[in-house]
Amino acid sequence: MDGIIDLAELLLAVSLLALGFFAGKLAEWRHYRSIREREGVTLKVPAVSFRNLNDPRPVRDARLAIGSVVVSADYYKRFLMAFRKVFGGEVHSYSSVIDRGRREAVLRMKESCPDADLFLNFRLATSSISNSRGRDIGCVEVIAYATAIQFER
Amino acid sequence: MILTSVETVPGKTIVEHYGLVQGSTIRAKHIGRDIMAGLKNIVGGELKGYTELLVEARDQATGRMVAQAKELGANAVVNIRYSTASVAQGAAEILSYGTAVRVE
Repeated sequence: MDGIIDLAELLLAVSLLALGFFAGKLAEWRHYRSIREREGVTLKVPAVSFRNLNDPRPVRDARLAIGSVVVSADYYKRFLMAFRKVFGGEVHSYSSVIDRGRREAVLRMKESCPDADLFLNFRLATSSISNSRGRDIGCVEVIAYATAIQFER
Repeated sequence: MILTSVETVPGKTIVEHYGLVQGSTIRAKHIGRDIMAGLKNIVGGELKGYTELLVEARDQATGRMVAQAKELGANAVVNIRYSTASVAQGAAEILSYGTAVRVE
């Protein structure tokens, strides 16, 4: 009887891993494709980290622009992380998760002000959101904010 | 109310300073969202429920900051900063602060 339960647990773990691996890969590929497309559209509008606007053109409008996203790693990536914790070193599987979150947040910030010519004093903040059961579920919030400047045309 | 993340409002001049204003909110996520997020965690990617929750919380914190600035007679808040901290398991504090000013 115990053997059957053990086997069922093993099968569940393997199927979760497989689901995490394939569905996670597919979701990541689709997300990156959407990010690249949208980045192409907003490429001409720079987000800069200076505080001062050294531009002779008169400003018509200045307002705060915010974009945020909560992203998490899939089951397979968390499995890799468990191994990585034994040997230490860079966690490559997680860098794509944070990268996606950060680029998505920047895109949402830019898309919230489509008329802007420049994003001034651009800032990024990342914070981890903990789970109620105290388990680390590897999800982070990324927020991007800046002052959207629109020049007089 | 004009909100910016730089020390001034570009295109306008500051005529009066009213000092620091802040707004904060502590939000807990409800269990339904937690279960959905737990399922979504297998596949990874964006957790839309949590994103919405934090956007709502940030709007509320900003609203409280703006209300404080209005009380002081300001018409703009400059140099706004945001910070998120988890204060307890499953609850996050969103803080927003800036300097209330009057611009012309």
